[in-house]
Amino acid sequence: MRIEGSAGTGGMAATSNGVQVIDIAGLTLTFDTADGPVYALSNVDLTISEGEFVSFIGPSGCGKTTLLRVIADLERPTGGHIRVNGVSPEEARLRRDYGYVFQSPALYPWRTIEKNVMLPLEIFGLPKAERRERARTFLELVNLKGFERKFPWQLSGGMQQRASIARALSFDPRLLLMDEPFGALDEIVRDHLNEQLLRLWGKTGKTVLFVTHSIPEAVFLSTKIVVMSPRPGRIIDVIDCDLPRERTLDIRETPAFLAIAHRVRDGLRAGHSYED
Amino acid sequence: MTATLLLLAAVFAGAAAALGHVHRPGVAGEAGLAFWLATAGLWLLATVAVSRLARLEPRAPAARRVVDAAVPLAFGAFLFFLWEVIVVGAGVPAVLMPAPSAIAAKFVASLPTLGADFVQTFVKSVLSGYAIGCTAGFLTAIVADRVPFLKRGLLPLGNFVSALPVVGIAPIMVMWFGFDWPSKAAVVVVMTFFPMLVNTVAGLSAAGPLERDLMRSYAAGYWTTLLKLRLPAALPFVFNALKINSTLALIGAIVAEFFGTPVVGMGFRISIEVARLALDMVWAEIALAAIAGSLFYALVALAERGATFWHPSYRQ
Repeated sequence: MRIEGSAGTGGMAATSNGVQVIDIAGLTLTFDTADGPVYALSNVDLTISEGEFVSFIGPSGCGKTTLLRVIADLERPTGGHIRVNGVSPEEARLRRDYGYVFQSPALYPWRTIEKNVMLPLEIFGLPKAERRERARTFLELVNLKGFERKFPWQLSGGMQQRASIARALSFDPRLLLMDEPFGALDEIVRDHLNEQLLRLWGKTGKTVLFVTHSIPEAVFLSTKIVVMSPRPGRIIDVIDCDLPRERTLDIRETPAFLAIAHRVRDGLRAGHSYED
Repeated sequence: MTATLLLLAAVFAGAAAALGHVHRPGVAGEAGLAFWLATAGLWLLATVAVSRLARLEPRAPAARRVVDAAVPLAFGAFLFFLWEVIVVGAGVPAVLMPAPSAIAAKFVASLPTLGADFVQTFVKSVLSGYAIGCTAGFLTAIVADRVPFLKRGLLPLGNFVSALPVVGIAPIMVMWFGFDWPSKAAVVVVMTFFPMLVNTVAGLSAAGPLERDLMRSYAAGYWTTLLKLRLPAALPFVFNALKINSTLALIGAIVAEFFGTPVVGMGFRISIEVARLALDMVWAEIALAAIAGSLFYALVALAERGATFWHPSYRQ
């Protein structure tokens, strides 16, 4: 059962100005495998406004990564309607509308941190001086100043992931897609990066789509939480997360935070009960 | 530490004395039991010394490097010493096994001949064949990667051709390209082409799926992805082929000269001097081939370290 009404309801985040960044209706993706069709996404409806921070949460196989990949045009849907910044995902990709942060940093080991951040700028043909300037700016933004000449394998996992965020931001895309970027990191590093990410989002005002496994992470970061469920992959709840914008990690102890976390957990549990 | 060094010095002095003694008339070819017992004792002492040296782990990096180099050097030097002492002391006929000193003397005395053979075989046949074969294999791999039917059709054929024995193709190449070095270079091309093709094709699929998705997310085209991601990721595989080919090329060129050649070249010299029972010259050519092959391999390995410093096996 999908909760239809929650898609497209307005009035969540203070900065969202109502412009639709993501507009999805009846989206379906079926993989044909040797064991028969796999329904990765089934009849998904969703709209996201500019400036929002939207988390996708659900168990493995619920299609949250697939949904992000469809938005990024890394996967083609088999049915339904999807618009990214008012155009098809392919057009959005070709005009470089989004920066994608993967589960692992995916930094190229033969490039220094600085050269990794400059990679998209090189491909887009920016002049050298500007490439260097932007790399400097964004490495500073993710607190990696002084590590420009290091190679990725000389840095810790958390620093590598921060470098990959700097790379995604370096060409100033309108949309930031993040697929469990902190999933492989330990709790303390993850908390720290969550705070930094929130500050970064406040500074840049970008629309962020964030896939996660973690309920506290989703509630802490988001203006909107999309709860998904597997077999078939579908949206079962969309929760507005109207905590104040300025958040510190302490907020996780407040009743308002716990109430939202509780609702997310209920949604996840409801999704699971379908299987039995 | 000090004891080990003293022991090494003693072994060195003993070896020098034995070397001086063995060449004397009355000892050379008819060394007595006492001499052999002394040599055996020296051997035992040397074994102890080298194994003690190998266990040394000095903290200073410079000293460590010296020890790392000293162990194989001492070991190799002692092997040469035994070879010299046994061959001279027991009077082994030079046709069966010349002494290292005789080979070295022959090497120095025949430098002009060896130089001419080196130019003919190594500079002309090996280097040109190696360059052409490796380049062609590399470019073909890139084309095969783009054209699926080539990839599926060419690779099994490649395995077939690389299984062909060099003694089979060499006479054919001599028929096609004549007696001089181009036919040897052609053999080298055939031998080096397929290892490079197979390795590069494997290397081009070495880039991970996320790294490729990243390029796609930048709307990067085929050539950009090739140059900025897939070729760098393929470099360890390419260098692997370059190293394999550096030894294959020398073998191919030398063996190919057994099947017809002008009167110069390392393979020609080996086959002709064997027939004349001048084994010291054969060994001098073998020494030349070993030195040239090792240096060639070392150069490629050095270039590999520079180009793939980021690979997990070289990271520091």
